[in-house]
Amino acid sequence: MTDQLKPAVRLTALRKSFGAFEVLKGISLEAMEGDVVSILGSSGSGKSTMLRCINMLETPDSGRIEVGGETIQLKQAGGRTRPADRHQLQRMRASIGMVFQNFNLWSHMTILENLIEAPIHVQKRSRADCVEEAEALLEKVGIAEKRNHYPAHLSGGQQQRAAIARALAQHPKVMLFDEPTSALDPELVGEVLRVMRALAEEGRTMLVVTHEMGFARDVSSKVVFLHKGAVEAEGSPHDMFATGRSDCFRQFLSGGGGLK
Amino acid sequence: MTASDFVLGFGEAGWGTALLQAAMITLSVALTGYAFGLLVGSFGAWAKIKGGVLPRLIADAYTTVLRGIPDILVIYLFYFGSSAVLTPLAGLFGISGFISLPGFMAGALAIGLVSGAYQAEIMRGAYRAVSPGEIEAAIAAGMSRLTMFRRIIAPLVLRHALPGLGNVWQLVLKESALVSVTGLVEILRQAQIGAGSTGQPFTFFFAAAVLYLAISSFSTWLLRQAEGRLALGTRRT
Amino acid sequence: MDLPFLYETLLKLLTGVPLTLQLAVSSVGLGAVLAVMLALARLSGLRLLAWPASFYVFIFRSTPLLVQIFLIYHGLGQFHAVRTSFLWPLLREPYWCALIALTLNTAAYSCEIVRGALLSVPSGQIEAARACGMSSFTLHRRIVFPLALRHALPGYGNEFILMIKSTALASIITLMEVTGLAAQLISESFRAIEILIVAAAIYLSMNFIVTRLVQWAEYALSAELRPPPAAASGQGATL
Repeated sequence: MTDQLKPAVRLTALRKSFGAFEVLKGISLEAMEGDVVSILGSSGSGKSTMLRCINMLETPDSGRIEVGGETIQLKQAGGRTRPADRHQLQRMRASIGMVFQNFNLWSHMTILENLIEAPIHVQKRSRADCVEEAEALLEKVGIAEKRNHYPAHLSGGQQQRAAIARALAQHPKVMLFDEPTSALDPELVGEVLRVMRALAEEGRTMLVVTHEMGFARDVSSKVVFLHKGAVEAEGSPHDMFATGRSDCFRQFLSGGGGLK
Repeated sequence: MTASDFVLGFGEAGWGTALLQAAMITLSVALTGYAFGLLVGSFGAWAKIKGGVLPRLIADAYTTVLRGIPDILVIYLFYFGSSAVLTPLAGLFGISGFISLPGFMAGALAIGLVSGAYQAEIMRGAYRAVSPGEIEAAIAAGMSRLTMFRRIIAPLVLRHALPGLGNVWQLVLKESALVSVTGLVEILRQAQIGAGSTGQPFTFFFAAAVLYLAISSFSTWLLRQAEGRLALGTRRT
Repeated sequence: MDLPFLYETLLKLLTGVPLTLQLAVSSVGLGAVLAVMLALARLSGLRLLAWPASFYVFIFRSTPLLVQIFLIYHGLGQFHAVRTSFLWPLLREPYWCALIALTLNTAAYSCEIVRGALLSVPSGQIEAARACGMSSFTLHRRIVFPLALRHALPGYGNEFILMIKSTALASIITLMEVTGLAAQLISESFRAIEILIVAAAIYLSMNFIVTRLVQWAEYALSAELRPPPAAASGQGATL
């Protein structure tokens, strides 16, 4: 890790309701550069919603989101909170890599086309550079030979690795993972986790919503446990898993969210 | 402008009554054609489902051709085609001049033949939607073929076919405007006559559009009621 | 069967095919642009846009095309303002009136096809594009429209065939496309049945060709649904 630690992501007092249901009850969270933050919690705890607020796939009702020291501008319009500056939002989204539970590869494009799409059409980089880099990334995640295949031809694990490569192709400052292995057959989880572990070792900043306790314990530098829309406990994986920190978290560990 | 001066009014100078009468003709020719289409369509569907090679071939050719050519050609076929047969025949009896099927009959036959092609496809699809299990259950209950058709298959097919048959009715209603080329005084022909004698074509064609809209909306409403009734048994709660 | 007469009729009617196709292609093309705008309006969630679009679709789908053609060709001339406007040279030509009516009509029907296709685009793929920082314009151009096009194609093929059939109504306002020529020949020769059979055959052939073209386009656009290329498909992460 670097000497002068800078916060890569900082969330302050994030609130969000769907109708009468308050999903996020004032969440604050900080991730330094190079941090790998595992976000745990049972379903309905708000962990995915929180992650999706960071690149504004969900708009928080109130609170503050900073990525790389820059605050996402929000405004109130028509009784709702909206992004105030479309161009800032697009620029910031381009610097945040997102990996979805269901991969969400574009089905009408080959794997290579998926990788070069945003670098060319959002970041306006030259096609030749993008292709060269995309091929290197596919090599890195181990699916170079699938470059001209369409997503439907790949297994779930291969699709998710392609989706990770797609996110990397935009040179993100921060990577967000929204339950990246939850939609995979058990035997395919390993290949995706291996890629994620390698990224963590490179020193990338990652925020990972996951149910993989092994990953949270062995790979992450920080574990955050959400319960009913609030941060119930946080700390180093060692502290969290050794002491449990809170009754809720201990219950969570021994219950459905326990070690696989 | 007073109400009686209004060209679409119902007074002496108004065309309101004539247009409403024409709407009745539109409804009659459309309903007759639709009923004829149901008959032809049922035969077509039967041939496609249960027929031998030849009936199936004929039914397939029928639905392909009639759905593939402009409706107006079919109307011309009955109107001018019948004259091609009838005029020489009449000549044998010393009657000369253009003789053809009356517009109403030519129109209804043409509408029936065209809509029958669509209805055959819909009924065939509806029959396929009846699950084999329901038919097996009827056989297992010891029903005769007639009882099974009357009590089980026909009601189920109707239920599945109703939305599609409703669409065909809307199609038929619009198609009936083409019968105006035979001179039958239905809505559009009446509007043309009114437009010609008053010099207000927009007024009359607009009125025609409103009449079609009214009939179509009313039919939609009626069909919804019917679908609601029939759906009672299939509602899942 | 009078084969020479049939052949002669075929040659005469074929001269109407270019006009038939021209009307069908231009109206479907222009109608598609209008249909996309209508569909976007209906899906916009803004009542001020969605309601007029729905009303338009309702009106044009509930009235006969022939009435629409007459309203434009015969009807508009009733108004002094139209007769003196710069559009009058267009609006008194049967060709342009037929084209306008066909375009407005097909737009209403295609709007439903386009709307269904737009709704069929998986929301996850849209989210992924947003997450990449795509602008709404890029998102539609690169992701939404290409995916929707694949979904709309079969429906659009049907619509195109329906429009080829609909162009026959242009003959009623004097255009000499295939049906117009057929009607003219009938009035000259009174051999209605033979002439109509030839005309029907021409329409069926056009439909057949269009169906094949659409199938070809569907095939060309569905590479992602076909088996993968025969290239080596090794597995395993090399990290």
